[in-house]
Amino acid sequence: MSANLANQERLRIFGLLSPAYLWLTVAIFLPLSAMLYFSFLSDVPFGDADWHHTTKNYQAFFQTKTYATLLWKSIRLGLTVTAVAVLVGFPCAYVLAKTIKGRSREALFLLVILPFWSNSLVRIFSWAIVLRGNGVLELGLNAILPFQVDVNLMFSTPAVVIGLVHSYLPYVILTSYLALQAIDDNLIDAARSMGANKLTILWRVILPLSLPGLLAGAVLIFVPVVGSFMEPRILGGRVGTYYGTVIEDQFVAVFNWPLGAALSFILLAVVLLILAIASPVLKRAQT
Amino acid sequence: MAEVSVNNVTKTFGSLKALDDVTMDFPDGGFFALLGPSGSGKTTLLRAIAGFIFADSGTIRIGDQPVENVPVEKRDIGMMFQNYALFPNMTVSDNVGFGLRVRKVGAAEERRRIGEALDLVQLGQHGDRKPHQLSGGQRQRVALARAIVTNPRVLLLDEPLSALDKALRVDMQFELKRIQREIGITTIFVTHDQEEALTLSDKIGILRDGKMIQAGPPRDVYSNPADLFTATFLGEANILDALAGEGADIKIPHGFPTGGTLAVRPENISISQTEPTANGLSKCQAVLERRVFAGAMATCILQSNGNRIKVISRDQDIPSDVAEGDRLWLTWPVEKTLSVPSGRH
Ligand SMILES: Nc1ncnc2c1ncn2[C@@H]1O[C@H](COP(=O)(O)OP(=O)(O)OP(=O)(O)O)[C@@H](O)[C@H]1O
Ligand SMILES: [Mg+2]
Repeated sequence: MSANLANQERLRIFGLLSPAYLWLTVAIFLPLSAMLYFSFLSDVPFGDADWHHTTKNYQAFFQTKTYATLLWKSIRLGLTVTAVAVLVGFPCAYVLAKTIKGRSREALFLLVILPFWSNSLVRIFSWAIVLRGNGVLELGLNAILPFQVDVNLMFSTPAVVIGLVHSYLPYVILTSYLALQAIDDNLIDAARSMGANKLTILWRVILPLSLPGLLAGAVLIFVPVVGSFMEPRILGGRVGTYYGTVIEDQFVAVFNWPLGAALSFILLAVVLLILAIASPVLKRAQT
Repeated sequence: MAEVSVNNVTKTFGSLKALDDVTMDFPDGGFFALLGPSGSGKTTLLRAIAGFIFADSGTIRIGDQPVENVPVEKRDIGMMFQNYALFPNMTVSDNVGFGLRVRKVGAAEERRRIGEALDLVQLGQHGDRKPHQLSGGQRQRVALARAIVTNPRVLLLDEPLSALDKALRVDMQFELKRIQREIGITTIFVTHDQEEALTLSDKIGILRDGKMIQAGPPRDVYSNPADLFTATFLGEANILDALAGEGADIKIPHGFPTGGTLAVRPENISISQTEPTANGLSKCQAVLERRVFAGAMATCILQSNGNRIKVISRDQDIPSDVAEGDRLWLTWPVEKTLSVPSGRH
């Protein structure tokens, strides 16, 4: 009887989950396996190209220091962008979740989500207009300040960081907002009644309780930023060569798909490794 | 420990007067209840005393310090919340020790006082647990330990027991009172439950629409309600206004204000089958509509001249052969007649 029920339960769960898994199989697993296969080929297996199985694409990564250097540069970029996004996004989420009530919250939320809805190229080129010499930022600053300044951030690392932070900020705001929203206001009142000041409450109550959301947001940002190529290319110019742009080159410029695929999988492995190493630390931080 | 006094406090939210010229004294070491219907301003008054909200006008003193401009974190109060508000990320000990840590009493002192507080609420063994591993009653005790561990000047409780079931609530009432006596802390609590307010407190304050209708010892308020609202809110009262009729003899107590309303509590009425002859009794006739047996006590609902009268008495005091539809005599001592100044109803 109960075994029968358990079976029915299993069947229901299977029924509910299968569309999602079917989609994941078709949309992610299949292309990804194709790419994994490509990464072990000597050339793209299209047309009359002459190809065979090889591991030289993976060896290439270790033969020159360039790839490793660029990967390290990308990881540093990921850490910087994540840190800036958290520093900017968390206070913003806090104000949205705990200070502002009613309609103005909705309006502000819209502003936060807006980057998600604008085309990424439009977004990046808008920043180019703002950041370049004699651009919006320089003209604006000179209009306010009594002395002349030269601001040309274009084609520099700060420009890349600014562009990426802008693109990915909503992630950290949304995840932190949800976590902060779930914190009972009575907890804050209780802490205050025991004499805690704002800083203590932030440090001992709010931060620990919203950490899962904050970390989820950080991971959501870190991973794509390490592999990003569009912002570095357009806003970084000459200094904008990163691991992601090299991979992109393999696919669109050099047409060396196998190498591009191999570099991508190395990136994936490294990112997973970083998250695996960080996860015990993160877990401990949550409790 | 300190006395609290609230004088002419008014607080408005927009156009709503949540507190309207409220005055009440809470002498040192007493146990006080704030009672009133939903939306009457109980929580607002408690939060004004705590310092979460600031009154628009009036004064609040804790001890001999005026606190109108002192924020909650500087008022040295202990507060217990309806949903306990324990920090879910901390152990029981860390929850209790939070206020001590803030006050930087030092690790050894902190441990000692956490132990003491947990022993006081009989949770000495549970210091390492997380709040979600505790039962509702245990969480309640942790919240109480946390509120008193810093030796605050006053303990404020907003419907502390409302989330518990009846049996546990009675246990906790007893426990709360025991602990309050033991440490002698001035305690102010908000409740919906009249019985709880009457049994626990030295003094109760009845609020309605932001006004303090009456404040005083439970017995006084119960037997001398300031108005009809208080009379009916605090227990039940049969209104005697239209209770004439055949053979009725309703005596008016001495010094009864003209234009007032007479009422009598259900437990003060006795039932008999023959007309009573004793002096000093008010009496009237009524038809028994329903008799509800509830163990030792019985509740009777009667009709007289279109008025509904409720009588509560020991089951054995009601003649056993009365049946529904019988015409009976009701009597009550004159001094048990409530004379309620008619004001707003
Ligand atoms: N922050 C606020 N903003 C606006 N109005 C408020 C606020 N807090 C309370 N009020 C209003 O003030 C009145 C009194 O509220 P209060 O919470 O003190 O009632 P209460 O007696 O505690 O009721 P309950 O028994 O339902 O808890 C209510 O009408 C409420 O809507
Ligand atoms: Mg309330």
